[in-house]
Amino acid sequence: MDKKHRIKELMYRWIFGIFAFTSLVFLTGITITLFSESLPLFKHYHLNKFLLGRYWYPTYETPEFGALPLILASIWVTAGAMFICIPLGIGSALYLSELAGDKQRAVLKPLIEILASIPSVVYGFFGMVIVAPFIQKIFHLPTGLTALTGSLVLGIMATPTVASLAEDAVGFVPKSFREASLALGANKWQTIVKVIIPSASSGIFTAAILGISRAIGETMTVLMVTGGSAVIPKSFLQPVRPITSTIAAEMGETVMGSPHYNALFALGLILFLITLFFNILAEFISSRHRITLGAGR
Amino acid sequence: MKAKNSISEKIGYLLLFLCISFTLIFLGLILYFITTRGIKIISWEFLTQQPSSGMTEGGIGPAIIGTLYLTFGAILFAVPIGVGCAIYLNEYTPKNFVVNIIRISVNNLAGVPSIVFGLFGFAVFVKFFRFGVSILSGSLTLGILILPGIISASQEALMAIPHSLREASLALGATKWQTIKKIIIPAALPGILTGVILSIGRAAGETAPILFTAAAFYVKGYPRSIFSEVMALPYHIYGLMTEGIYPEKQTQIAYGCALVLMFLVLGISAIAIYFRQKQRRTHYG
Repeated sequence: MDKKHRIKELMYRWIFGIFAFTSLVFLTGITITLFSESLPLFKHYHLNKFLLGRYWYPTYETPEFGALPLILASIWVTAGAMFICIPLGIGSALYLSELAGDKQRAVLKPLIEILASIPSVVYGFFGMVIVAPFIQKIFHLPTGLTALTGSLVLGIMATPTVASLAEDAVGFVPKSFREASLALGANKWQTIVKVIIPSASSGIFTAAILGISRAIGETMTVLMVTGGSAVIPKSFLQPVRPITSTIAAEMGETVMGSPHYNALFALGLILFLITLFFNILAEFISSRHRITLGAGR
Repeated sequence: MKAKNSISEKIGYLLLFLCISFTLIFLGLILYFITTRGIKIISWEFLTQQPSSGMTEGGIGPAIIGTLYLTFGAILFAVPIGVGCAIYLNEYTPKNFVVNIIRISVNNLAGVPSIVFGLFGFAVFVKFFRFGVSILSGSLTLGILILPGIISASQEALMAIPHSLREASLALGATKWQTIKKIIIPAALPGILTGVILSIGRAAGETAPILFTAAAFYVKGYPRSIFSEVMALPYHIYGLMTEGIYPEKQTQIAYGCALVLMFLVLGISAIAIYFRQKQRRTHYG
């Protein structure tokens, strides 16, 4: 190789190497930004008061930044969504991989993928104009924009995420497991319940965790359909204000560098840490999953 | 025993069938309501004109153009970096500690909520680099958001290339870069493109990252430079539903807007899904 070529080779190696580190740089950058923009708040506002305070009055003369109602609202709405997206997602995945024939699969799988690619603002819009009036009518409420509406729309929205991840997990179960079970005289349903689900359990669990993580970080849907009142939730039929919608709704009105601005970044930091925790948990479980199934193959 | 088993089997099947049916019924409802109500308002004027009379008449032309600019900017930023990262991980380095760190950070970046990208974009691009609320800030923020998706899709495409191809090229005396340029990238191109197309759909539909970095509910005329604020389709839907003083008329326009956005995003995704299925068939068939 002549010198010109060698330099060229080295140059490309370096360029790609630098590109490779960008994700790490951005992830670190996000972490640093969230910390540096939120820490000034805690110079004059106690961390406990922020995390456990019951009142979120950011624009009062003596502002209150109690994030508890917002955190609880996020947990409520996400918990409600879980009851929808986990059974529906896992059920759909099992149907797709175990019961549907090739022809059905070829139609159904793209449809689920389409459901996954509908923008969140469209879900929010649909929730506002169709789901909310429906909920209002059924329960005779003053407004249809409630935690329940949020859970419902969010649950449907997270279903395809859970479904496609769970389907991957079920697909990892070796064919010999199914054949062995059927050969022993078990029917298909018994095979699903006793063989497929247990051997794909960690993958299915990972799918559920990532579904939850997606739901808790979702912004536009909850911003549009949960009503937005920052009080501690007592019922699913009242308006609530999750973390994400608080940031989205209030960031535009704040003064750069004010305590309110810092408080919104602190909310972002809480959100970031929660989803980071879920993602690392999912990563941990699925890495164990690979090893166990590898041994069984 | 036999009869009991077959009944439980039937109930089980029914349950799974209901799960997938319910999911698809919801998809059907969304498509049905938005299409039937949105189609009434869509016309050539609606797609090309400026909004007028306080958002109650006119079209959504600037919002469509704004979304195209933002999406194009994001792709321009994320594709070279994403593909480059995938090439480095797959072609240059052996599986080691560093690769593991990068893989973990890509996975975790993919899980960061979109509103957090918005906060980051606002603090870094809008304020720190003083790009202001602009196409540039919004494109960069969206670019970071779609980066993990592009990396994963490209890596998958690169991994599917048989080793014999690389070895044959190197055995003929080609250098590493020559092999990548002439053999690897062309072979992986269909897979990479599918990933890119899916990312276009994602970037076009995202709202939270552009809330504070690029979007405005109303901007007079079309954007002049990359430092202008823009209208964008997803943000326009949100604005129409939450701002303004004529909610009923605005809702009608929002239906049209939602239909256009859905048509755009689903059309793009459908193309990608079709390509992917075709590729899978050629790979395994």
